[in-house]
Amino acid sequence: MTDELFAEYEDKLPKKVLGELKENIPAKTAKGKVREIMDTAVKEYKESMADPGECIGNVSAESIGEPGTQMTLNTFHFAGVAEMNVTVGLPRIIEILDGRKDIKTPSMEIYLKKPYSQGKDIKELAYSIKETLLNDIALEFQINIVDLSITIKLDRELMRRSGFTSATILNGLKRHTKSYNVKAEGDEIILKSRSKEAALNSLYKDKEKMKEVHLKGVKGVKQVLPVKRGDEYIIVTAGSNLLDTLNLEEVDPTKTTTNNIHEIADVLGIEAARQAIINEVFGVIENQGLNVDIRHIMLVSDTMCTTGGVKGITRYGVVSEKSSVLARASFETPIKHVISAALVGEVDYLTSVVENVMINQPVPVGTGLPGLVTKVKVK
Amino acid sequence: MAKKLNFDLHKHALVPKHAKCSDAEKKKILKHYQISVYDLPYIRKSDAALAEIDVKAGDVIKISRTSPTAGEAVYYRCVINE
Repeated sequence: MTDELFAEYEDKLPKKVLGELKENIPAKTAKGKVREIMDTAVKEYKESMADPGECIGNVSAESIGEPGTQMTLNTFHFAGVAEMNVTVGLPRIIEILDGRKDIKTPSMEIYLKKPYSQGKDIKELAYSIKETLLNDIALEFQINIVDLSITIKLDRELMRRSGFTSATILNGLKRHTKSYNVKAEGDEIILKSRSKEAALNSLYKDKEKMKEVHLKGVKGVKQVLPVKRGDEYIIVTAGSNLLDTLNLEEVDPTKTTTNNIHEIADVLGIEAARQAIINEVFGVIENQGLNVDIRHIMLVSDTMCTTGGVKGITRYGVVSEKSSVLARASFETPIKHVISAALVGEVDYLTSVVENVMINQPVPVGTGLPGLVTKVKVK
Repeated sequence: MAKKLNFDLHKHALVPKHAKCSDAEKKKILKHYQISVYDLPYIRKSDAALAEIDVKAGDVIKISRTSPTAGEAVYYRCVINE
């Protein structure tokens, strides 16, 4: 019976508050009382909102900046068979907020479908995701200048353990070595050049190229580590390749993520990237035992994603989007900005905060924001 | 992009619901906020989440995010060419 009453407040209160009220008001409460509760809630909600003209960006900067001084400067080491590092603390925060493309320790968290998530063949699966290059299973590469050939000596033991045979390696190799005759002899693979003259120069180059031949696994995944999280097994990786991983059959594509924001923006779109920034920054702050309201991080993340791509809080990113010359100049490299503005004849309309501070005028913030309009009486 | 994702990315936990606004809705939103279309935050036409929606520059996309503070938050983005 009170359902219609709740429906009335749907655009006045956020869904979460409404749900909590619905749950906590006893069903037998009189209609008038319920209305009274709802009206109080609306009033409280309106009072808790930021006022128009409130400089929320400043508040966010302070709220994130102060706890930032207490963060660690080190990287965290994963204990286990495989040595793995993950950047955390202040360096990680700087990395995310600068919107860097090449992050220090790219890493994925791969969630698995059943039955793999329960631990079935988890080790084998992890190793099948790990990238194997020819260099990883070869003992040595030899160049023979006289008969223009390259000899690759393979590690039997390693091959057996990772499930390779000479034949599978040959297959993988053949696609990359068109100008060579390839054949296997026991533990060795011998590549003989087809042409006589040009080969001598390129022999060494080709040898180096062959070391990087991709044989198995997901490109870019350098290290894998199966971990138990809660009651399911996941695979943590060093190195990141979201697109190829999501396309794997055993992987649960709805939860698997990477810590590379730009990669998420490319594969899943800008909205996913925004959410990823929030998750990453909030994760770091929580990990450090600090307490920052998530709304501040949401604001920063929204700012970084307004242009449709991920932009860092740097002079090349969001600051370069500002329309005012003086505001840009006040951030970093002032001379560069002033000169280029002078060259194209830019006009500054003094509509924002920094430029008004610079010329000693009231800033359009808080009570400085509204203007006063009066009707002038004509005599 | 040469390679393609072979699953519906809207099922991914990070991706919120995207929907194109009709002209009437668009008008209502712009009137409510008293702005023009290009004052809204942008989303690129080539954005991965818009692959299955037929959009052109100037369209408004309604995004329904799940928010830890509000439960559900609605956000609007304007499609741009790029």
